Amino acid sequence: MFGLFGRKRSKDQLKERLKLVLSYDRAKLSPGKMEDLKAELLDVIGKYFPAEDSEYDVKLEQQGDRMVLIANLPVKG
Amino acid sequence: MNAKAIVVTSGKGGVGKTTTTANVGAALAKQGEKVVVIDTDVGLRNLDVVMGLEGRVIYDLIDYFEGRCKLKQAVIRDKRVDKLHLIAASQTKDKSALSEERMRETIRLLLEEEGFDRVLIDSPAGIESGFQTAASAATGALVVVNPEVSSVRDADRIIGLLESREIDEVRLIINRMRPEMVRRGDMLEVDDVLEILGVKLIGIVPEDERILVSTNVGSPASLDDANKAGTEFRNIARRVRGEDVPYPSMEAETSGFLLGFRRLFGGR
Repeated sequence: MFGLFGRKRSKDQLKERLKLVLSYDRAKLSPGKMEDLKAELLDVIGKYFPAEDSEYDVKLEQQGDRMVLIANLPVKG
Repeated sequence: MNAKAIVVTSGKGGVGKTTTTANVGAALAKQGEKVVVIDTDVGLRNLDVVMGLEGRVIYDLIDYFEGRCKLKQAVIRDKRVDKLHLIAASQTKDKSALSEERMRETIRLLLEEEGFDRVLIDSPAGIESGFQTAASAATGALVVVNPEVSSVRDADRIIGLLESREIDEVRLIINRMRPEMVRRGDMLEVDDVLEILGVKLIGIVPEDERILVSTNVGSPASLDDANKAGTEFRNIARRVRGEDVPYPSMEAETSGFLLGFRRLFGGR
């Protein structure tokens, strides 16, 4: 991840950025829409469980040749 | 590749589509295939000058589509290589004669009536009708990509469009690799690009001034066996023909990578 002098290699940043932007491109979804989805999900989940915005993580991820929506929603016990 | 009609495309402009078409086409012909390369970039034709055949264009693709000449008259024979041929794009702006149906019919005639073994279709940049027409007759594709952000993003879009056209033989050519930058970690490695785009590789072409020099004089580098810059294009042609040609080593952090590229550079 880190090359000489501890500098983060620019190609690693590029790879991360490309993976993220392509996951949205492929799903024909804008990052803004994703925030809307997250907010709505939170509303729905909140009806059943105590929910807190900061702990929720919703993202798209490439798994093999398919795209999956990953929602990481910790339930407060 | 099984595909006899192969579109060369990239989405983004300026990544080396036309140079690739000229060099791979010339190499295929040298290897014994009867080849025609077709420029479909109507209004911005360039394949003729890259191949050094600009002085020989009498009729072009649009002339044929609009009935001003026969198909045979639009096919220009390259005198340097026996089996190499070109159909030029029109330099006028009228694209209305380009239709997917005419394109498919033309490719069929070239393969079935005119006896060509392979047709390479040089697509215009973009994802609009020019690209769609170029892709419509193809059963295979060479996607040219540079290892940088906008080219990779556009290639991903193009690959999606090719797949939706059910073009199943999609192969990637990574053009303008700079081993020194890869070694520093400032350029995507071959494996990074393959992981991101998820298609099969068919060529890794290092950046080399001699490619531009050969283009300046209108003589594709792959035509001259002594020109080491043409080696990878000759290897791509061999892979298209189904040969298993090894790639230069791809490990960025080891000397093997550089050695692999040095081999490509002719041991320099």
